[in-house]
Order: sequence, then structure tokens, then C-alpha cells
Amino acid sequence: MNAVTAKKGFWGTVWEYLTTTDHKKIAHLYFIGGGFFFVLGGIEALLIRIQLMKAENDFLAAQTFNEMFTMHGTTMIFLAATPLLFAFMNAVVPLQIGARDVAFPFLNALGFWLFFFGGIFLNLSWFFGQVPDAGWTSYASLSMDSSGHGIDFYLIGLQIAGFGTLMSGINFIATIVTMRAPGMSFMRMPMFTWTTFVASGLILFAFPPLTISIFLLMFDRLFGSQFFNVSMGGNTIIWEHLFWIFGHPEVYILILPAFGLFSEIIPTFSRKRLFGYSSMVFATFLIGFLGFMVWAHHMFTVGLGNVANALFAVATMAIAVPTGIKIFNWLFTMWGGSLKITVPMLYALGFIPSFVIGGVTGIMQAVAPLDYQLHDTYFIVAHFHYTIVGGVVFALLAATHFYWPKMFGRMLNERLGYWTFVFFFVGFHMTFFIQHFLGLWGMPRRVYTFLGGQGLDLGNFISSLGAFFMAIGAVILVVNIVLTTVKGKKVTVNDPWGDGRTMDWAISSPPPVYNFKQIPLVRDYDAWWYEKMKGNKELPPSEPLQDIHMPNGSIIPIFISLGLFIAGFGAMYVPSNIVGDGSPWGVVVLVLGLALMFGSMLVRSLRDDLGYYIRKEELEDDVERGGKAI
Amino acid sequence: MKKWQLSLVFLSSLLLAGCGEPYLSTLHPAGEVAEIQFNLLLLSTAIMVLVISTVVIIYTIVLIRFRRNKENENEIPEQVEGSNKLEVVWTTIPIILLTILAIPTVIATFYLGDTSGMHKVNAQGEREAVVINVRAHQYWWEFEYPDYGIVTSQDLVVPTDERVYFNLLASDVKHSFWVPAAGGKMDVNTDNENTFFLVFDSEKAEEVGNIFYGKCAELCGPSHALMDFKVVALPRDEFDAWVSAMQNYEEKEPETDVAKYGKELFEANSCIACHAITPDDTRPYEARLAPNLADFGNRTTVAGFLEFNKENIKKWIQNPGEFKPGNKMYDRANFTDEELDALAEYLLTLKAQE
Repeated sequence: MNAVTAKKGFWGTVWEYLTTTDHKKIAHLYFIGGGFFFVLGGIEALLIRIQLMKAENDFLAAQTFNEMFTMHGTTMIFLAATPLLFAFMNAVVPLQIGARDVAFPFLNALGFWLFFFGGIFLNLSWFFGQVPDAGWTSYASLSMDSSGHGIDFYLIGLQIAGFGTLMSGINFIATIVTMRAPGMSFMRMPMFTWTTFVASGLILFAFPPLTISIFLLMFDRLFGSQFFNVSMGGNTIIWEHLFWIFGHPEVYILILPAFGLFSEIIPTFSRKRLFGYSSMVFATFLIGFLGFMVWAHHMFTVGLGNVANALFAVATMAIAVPTGIKIFNWLFTMWGGSLKITVPMLYALGFIPSFVIGGVTGIMQAVAPLDYQLHDTYFIVAHFHYTIVGGVVFALLAATHFYWPKMFGRMLNERLGYWTFVFFFVGFHMTFFIQHFLGLWGMPRRVYTFLGGQGLDLGNFISSLGAFFMAIGAVILVVNIVLTTVKGKKVTVNDPWGDGRTMDWAISSPPPVYNFKQIPLVRDYDAWWYEKMKGNKELPPSEPLQDIHMPNGSIIPIFISLGLFIAGFGAMYVPSNIVGDGSPWGVVVLVLGLALMFGSMLVRSLRDDLGYYIRKEELEDDVERGGKAI
Repeated sequence: MKKWQLSLVFLSSLLLAGCGEPYLSTLHPAGEVAEIQFNLLLLSTAIMVLVISTVVIIYTIVLIRFRRNKENENEIPEQVEGSNKLEVVWTTIPIILLTILAIPTVIATFYLGDTSGMHKVNAQGEREAVVINVRAHQYWWEFEYPDYGIVTSQDLVVPTDERVYFNLLASDVKHSFWVPAAGGKMDVNTDNENTFFLVFDSEKAEEVGNIFYGKCAELCGPSHALMDFKVVALPRDEFDAWVSAMQNYEEKEPETDVAKYGKELFEANSCIACHAITPDDTRPYEARLAPNLADFGNRTTVAGFLEFNKENIKKWIQNPGEFKPGNKMYDRANFTDEELDALAEYLLTLKAQE
């Protein structure tokens, strides 16, 4: 039953992935799932830019265009960026802290499958021809007004995926708090582990408001409640508050791990310790904390009043301080270092100026009276793409190259990597820089077309052209991944970049199923660098060689998620739904789905699954598996 | 023209294009509100350029000086932990810069948010300022002048060089009221009435032929992109003349036969059930389901965004769904060309003044 002795062959491998509870395999799943949705969201983006290439274009109809950008935003935030970050968290964090797995391997698998089924649920809307069309923010007055089941797909899909994210967040908190190897105090944790920890904390507090707001809207649409029906005494502004109380921390949930990834990459390729580690940790906390205090800066034009606007404006500006600390610490990590320009380092170098631009335009929008002009224009579109693409996506692409050998045991092609960077970087600035000006020239966001002769034609054309460059870059990356997988150079060393600093680079690539033969002893910050400098070839062990307790795989997470997925369809067609096409069968399906979910949970609870042991003798024989590292 | 003159013309036109169109762009502030916001834009941009340049300078030095090469390939740089002095520097300087930005931000927030002026009355108990109730609908705008008893739509007529106050409310979904050249936007909520003010500068208005462009800035459905309106900014005396013409608006019997036929059609097809044709519509705004067509003959656009001519009026009446998908009138009609001609002819006779 365990992964080491599992039957092989294609179906064997498929079964292994369907049932896996190994954080490294779940990382692969997150990477594939997130990557798939990233490509999907990218295609949607390209269609959007084709439509806006010229004035009064009729490539996409108005309704289709609204569906396209709604799905683009929702997919990229919830189904691409978040899971891809989870892929690297899963792949790297347990290794960085010297653990054999996460704290709750079963929960980890469940988190992935919930995300996956949620994402599928949302995207099935395309096949039903009823697609969410109220923007990724889905403001209540418009989402109540939307016809068909589009918004229901959005609500139920995100609810299911959101449960998964919440669980994963809790899992990482527990893992990082309880499973650090002996000697790894909090202030010796690598930066990526720190940012994962803080981001998980944000997930813990930010996702419940989302869950609640989604439930309120879901009940309004499906079960006849009136939370957002103004004529019945409801209030739509409540949705905006709840959504942004989630939504603002959400962008920090994305950017903090991205910061963490760059905080690993920059010291590695500068061959130098991260500058100002403790202030970096402090800044991470501060950003996370302030992230909850600023949501209403998305609502400056809602009419909250002068006091609220002024307070939220100043609070938002405060975030610039810890972010600035980070930028300068990265610069001074490189200062005096020995810079090697690899593909991951290129992204890091591209990230710094790009993100600074994204950051300062954020401050400009924090100036509330100025935001009255900038809000809901292409200026904001430019701003958040500078932070999310220039920050998060660059980090994801960097990490893909950086951790590929650790995750898959092969090196991605360097030359193709450069080309991806060149196209993506040039295309990115071409697409989004001009959009700042389009906004200032008076172009609102979320418009399916614009009229000619208003000074917006050339800017939009340039922007669309840039999108094609980005697409070429993305295609080269996919080619690179395929080529590498088919005939890439196998990695035989633990530390293929040569300058690895953290413990993930002290074990084989990819690591054996149990990661560390013996849990290591951590003697300093940058544990592996410390040992290397001492002339040691391995991390010192903190325990004698002994049997290793491992979790069993399980198919139950899929059934739990599938149950919720089926129940979601049932819920959509209950007789009281707002669309008016419900039937009693909806209730039946809802009950059946929930029965499958709770039944699976019951099986899981009643059956004792004590896992299995890898015997000491097996470990001693396990030389070729790379267990020799320790 | 000499070569250098040509290139000068080219460069200056590029520069002008860099600021967008004066009737639409926030970079051509046409009034006090937009001016304040534009100055904040300049201030914040200046500070931000300072920050970016600092980063870029350090970044460039790093890239030039600290590259790994063949000679230093095996060197291990000194593993510096950090520097408290530097941390204090790059914490303090941003705080100072942000304070410089925060003070005018707070002042401007309170200044622009102060709408108490709309309640000021003169000795006769009459309101001094012009107050307009903006009612947003999918996908058109209604403008009601409660003090003058005027209801109009799509074209917002305002006096220049004085504060014009707005009460904003939406009938169906959330919209956002935005006249970029005159100042920032304000959301048009379904839940509550928002108030704010704008000022339209007379000189800037003259430059653009007295017409500024307005837009809906909040996603409100398929035709959100086309929910435009125009602001007709008139000197005070012309504005007063318009007000009195609208107040004394009389329904004239059309003179030509074609227009008479148009009127019959207008009534027979119950267009009149939704479209009022006089500005004194006293029904509550929820009952005013369609744009008021009084003074339609003087409109600047058809349906808020199409060029104003008879051909477009006819096309719009026949096929509104093609121009504004999801509009609440109807998707398409089956008028004959003759009927369309009559309807358009009739609508063009609806004028308050020549």
C-alpha cells in the first residue's frame, strides 16, 4: 500500500497520485492543477486583449466579454496563483524545516481535491452556457441581477475551493509550529517558511469572511433570503465590506509567499546571507497585520464618509514602510555579493523594479481624493497587474525554474528559460505600463469596447500586442517543461545550483518519500550553508537511525470532495432558486451529495488507519534512493 | 514646412496625445475638483519617482559591481547579517515621505467631502446652489433638477464656474458617476443617496465646445461600456435661459405630416407609457422607466453614445439590442422604414429652444 512499494506502470502511477498523502506528490498535483488553470486564465486574458485591440471591435459580444474577464480574474486568483503557491509551499516548506511531511497529510490531500473540484465546478459553467458575469468581486446588486446560473457556479465553486484553501492554511500553521527539526528556532526559519506561516495565518482569518459573504449571497440566490435585497431592507454595501475584508488580505496571501520565494533565490545567487533577516521577518508580520486594516481603500468612492476615507488612506500608506524595508534589504543582500544571473535570478532582478512600480501606484491610489479619479479605471488594472504579475507570477516562474530539480529531479533548459523571461518581461511591461495612462485618459475598466476618436486607440493596441508577447513566453515555458520531462538532464546532486543555503538542498533531488533518513540537527540560520562552510558534506543528525512512521495513502479525500461537488449541483437546482428552474430533484441530489461527503468522513473517522513503518533495514539498503544524504 | 518644423509639430502632437482628449482626460483638469486631484497626482508622482530612482540607482550599481565572473568565481562574499543603521534609514525616510503625502490627502478628503453648501439658502428660503438628482438605470442616466421641476436625461446641463451638487441613486444595480475632466467619480448605490459636488471651469468648457464626456465607471451589465452621457456646461446666463425654457416647455403639435404620423405611432405603440415628453414629470423616479424625451431635438447623442443624426435615431429605434445589449426597451422592433422616418422626424421636433 505504501508509495515505496506501490505497483508501477501508468495506472499504477495514476492511482498513486489519486491516493497520495505525500506532500511532494501533492505539490506535483497542485502544480499541474494550478498550471492548467493558469493556462486557461491566460487564454481568457488573450481573448480579452484581442477584443480590445481596436475600437468597437466585435470579436467578443458584450455578455461574453463580461464572462471572460470575470472568469479570468476568478481563475487567476483562486485557481492559479493560490494553488501554484501551495505547490511550492508543499514541495519546499517541510524540507526547509527538516520534517518528513506536513502535520496532517490526509487534510493536505483533501485540501487539494477540494480546490480541484471547486475549480472544475466553476469552469463547468462554460459548458452550461451560464457563466459568472459580475466580475471576480461579484458585487451584490449586479450578481443578484444576473440571469442564469452563472453566479451560482461562482459561489458554489469558490465555496468548495475556499474550504480547501482554508484547510491547507491551517495545515501549514500546524506544520510550521510543531514540526521544525531540533535546533530550528523560529528565528532560524528560512524566509519562505516564514512567509508561508504568515500567509497561512492570513488565510485563517481572511477566508471565513469570504465563506460568510458567499453563504449570504448563495442563500439570497438559492433559498430566498433577502440579505442583499434593498427593497426588503437588505444592503449591498455589506457584500462589498465582507468581500474586501477577505479580498485585501487575499492579495497579501499571494504576495507574501512570493516575497519568500525571492528571499530564497536572491541570497542563493548572490552567495550571501539575506540582509536584515530579523527586519524582514518583522516586515512580513507588519504587512500581514496591516493587510487587515485597509480593506476600505477599495471602497473610497462608495460614500463611506470623510473620516473613514481619511483613516483608510493613511493606514494604506503605512503598508509602504514594511514593503520598502523588504525592497532595500533585497538590494543590500545583493550588494557586496557574487551575483550569478541564472533564470530564477533574472526573474528576481525583473521583479524588483516591476514590483516597485506596482507598489508606488498603490500608494498613489491610497491618496483617497486622487483615487476618486483612478478607481475603476485602467489605472487600477495596471496597478494590480504590476503587483500580481510583476510580483506573484514572476515569483512563480522563478520558483518553477529554481525548484524544478528538487521537485522533479531534472533541470529546466536554461536557454529556453531565458527566452521565456525575455518575452514575458517585455510583453508584461508593454501590456500594462500603457494602461496607467489609458486610465488617466478616462478609460473605465471592465468595458467590452471603447469608441474610436477618444484618444484610447493606440494605447489599447500596444497593450494587446504586449499580451501576445506574454503568450509567446508562456508557450516557450510549456515547451521547455515538455522537453525537460521527456529528455531533460537528470540531476544527480543534492544541490544543483551549487549555492543552496537551506536544508532542502541537503537531500537528494527529488527527495525520498521520507525526506530525511534521520531528522537533522539545525545549528544556525541557513543550516545547510553553515554545514557547508564547516566543510561538512551532510547535515548532522539529531536522532539515531530508526524505523520511520509514514501515513498511508487514501482515496477518501476524493470522495469527500466529490460529494460536495455533487451537492453543489443539487443546491443550484433547489426549487427556491432565483432563476426559477429548480425542481425537487435538486434537493434529492443535494442530499445524496452531502450523504456521500458525510459518509466518506464517517468511514475515515471510524476506520483506524495507523499508517505504516519503513524499517531501519530498508533505510540502510536504500542507498540508491538518495537516502544516503543523512 | 521645413523638416524640423514638421518634427516639432509631430512631437507636440505626441505630447498632447500623451495627455488624452481634453473633454475626457483627467490630465486636463477642467474645474476646482479635478484640479485638486490633478495636483495630488503630480505630488504623489513626484514622490514616487524619487523612490523609484533611488531603487534604480542602487540596483544599477549592484548589477555593475557585484557580478560573478571568472576571476571571483570561487570567492565567498562576506556573510553580512544586516545593519541597524540602514534599517532605521529606510524606515524613517519613507515615513517622512508618506507624511508629506498624507497631510494634503486628509485635507483634500475633507474639503471635497464637504457638501454642506448644498443646504445653504438665501433670504427667500431658496437654495443658492444648483442641486441635481442623478438617477442611474441600466444603461441610461436621468437628471432631475428638484428646485426647478425639470427632469431630463442623457445630457446633463450645468452652469460653469460654480459648485454643482449631485445626489446620486441607482434604480437597479450599482453604477458610478464619472466626468473625468471635471473630477473623480462617486458610486451610485442602490442602497443610499450619495452626495458630492463638481465645478466646471468656463474657459476649459469653451475649449471643448461646452461638452464634457461622462461615463459609468462601475460594472453594471453587458452594456456598461456604453453607458455614457454628456455634460453640457453653459455660462450662467445661458444656463438660466435653458432652465426657463425647460420650465416653460410646451408640447407643440408637430407641423409636418410626417411628424404628425410619427406622433401617432409614438402614442399607438405606447412609447409614451415609459417615455415622458415633457420635462415636468412628477411621478416618483421609480416609475420613470425610460429616458425623458423632452428637448430630445437638442440632444448631443443618440442613446448616450451614438452620433446625433436622424439615421442613428432610426437605427436605434429599430435595433436597440444591437447597440446596447441587455437594454430594457426591447431587443428589436419591426417598424417599416416609413414608420421609422416618421418617428425620428417627430422626436426631432421635441425642442425647448432653438
